[in-house]
Amino acid sequence: MKKVIEVSKLKKVYGSKEAVQNISFKIMENEILGLLGPNGSGKTTTIGMLLGLLKPTSGEILIEGKKIEKNRIEILERLNFISPYIELPKKLTVKQNLIVYGKLYKIKNLIRTMDYLTEKLRLENLLDRVTGELSSGQKNRVSLAKALINEPNILLLDEPTASLDPEVGDFVRTFIENYKKEKKISILLASHNMNEVTRLCNSVIMMKEGKIIDKGTPQNLINKHGRKNLEEVFLKLSRSNNEFY
Amino acid sequence: MSFTRIYGLFLRHFFLITRSFPRVLDLIYWPTIQITLWGFISNFFATHTTYYNNAVGVILTCAILYDFLFRTSIGFNMLFLEEIWSRNFTNLFIAPIKIGEILTSLVITALIRALIGLIPAILLTSPLFGISILELGIFLFFLFLSLYIFGITLGVLVSSGLLRFGPSFENIAWSTMFLLAPFGCIYYPIDILPEIFQKIAYLLPLVYIFEEARNILINQSIDLNNIYNAFILNGIYFVLSIVLFYYSFNVAKKKGTLINMGE
Repeated sequence: MKKVIEVSKLKKVYGSKEAVQNISFKIMENEILGLLGPNGSGKTTTIGMLLGLLKPTSGEILIEGKKIEKNRIEILERLNFISPYIELPKKLTVKQNLIVYGKLYKIKNLIRTMDYLTEKLRLENLLDRVTGELSSGQKNRVSLAKALINEPNILLLDEPTASLDPEVGDFVRTFIENYKKEKKISILLASHNMNEVTRLCNSVIMMKEGKIIDKGTPQNLINKHGRKNLEEVFLKLSRSNNEFY
Repeated sequence: MSFTRIYGLFLRHFFLITRSFPRVLDLIYWPTIQITLWGFISNFFATHTTYYNNAVGVILTCAILYDFLFRTSIGFNMLFLEEIWSRNFTNLFIAPIKIGEILTSLVITALIRALIGLIPAILLTSPLFGISILELGIFLFFLFLSLYIFGITLGVLVSSGLLRFGPSFENIAWSTMFLLAPFGCIYYPIDILPEIFQKIAYLLPLVYIFEEARNILINQSIDLNNIYNAFILNGIYFVLSIVLFYYSFNVAKKKGTLINMGE
């Protein structure tokens, strides 16, 4: 399998604060990597650097073998992102939003792509509704449609099921699982839902205070730390002062 | 440059305007009120002073020209602020769209917004006050073009501030035009200003544009130097604003403003 994302000695400093400290990791083709850590551990900063929204202080990011700073447009055409903290224009209808982003991503068969996503994400009855008037679950599905409009090779998901009820949360997780199987894409998943991470991720890296303090498959981490589940591992690592790898 | 991406971003704002009748009304409402108000004030001056033979025509024409500048600049800022208010900013900057494409799209959309507001106001001046801005002739085009470039320049400068400092810069976005208006000599000749202010005013293209508008209407003559000077200054400021925008974008990437931009 080939490396899709390769991060080497990545560092981000804001004034005197080191938000991310020399982290290195890679994501392979058709892999879901979980990015875990307490609030303020550097997950969002790391994602920001992967998206080219933040300039690293030092270190290197290679996406499909290319540097984001020099190949921003080419890389962004093959990558997408979803987060509950960013939204689509609220006053536009769902259909209008998908058309706008379809044009921004220069999608050739936009109607076909929209039909596919509409069906898969159960958006048929939402297309003519104003995005700002949708429920959290409906907005989440629309954001997911926007994130998949360019059929990305790489998907960055920042808490994709935060604030969703269990039914919608499960729908989204199942959809991500099936979509990954069908399209063989690579995913970076930042989440505080440990059951979600255990279910979806092939491997996990745990961050704390800007550093990677442990990594492995969910089951390996559970075994290594002698805990019942990933949530207990998370609590142990979050409260500990040590690095475990 | 990709036309499809420029069109995509244009569509985002086109959909926004056309979806809401109050938004269209808002675009038309203020220019119309402004022009009507200045029309009646000018009528009053015309009947009580001997300074202008054509007071209504001069003041109203300058009011229309100033409003075009104001709408272009504010329109550009509004388009940028709209992305921040709707928390769509990150989505836009992770799309494969070049900075030049974003600016081009906003420049086109700002023009359309300004024209939606201004055309009804211009049409109103003729039946209400017997004035036609077309009296400026072919040079009207150059004056409008010059004002449009300066309006866009101000918009790009303010957007650079929004990129660099985030939404807290919003208040500056609203006040730029009011700060420059006294130096622009919109309704009065530059001689009115104190000498030190005149030196500042001569650094702005506005003085040359409005002096020339008055020159055409009052003296019925053309001073090409005014138009030439306005374009030279516009060119310098426009290039500087674009350089500043790219600089602010890079600073925002260092400071993290792009991922923290929200309501």
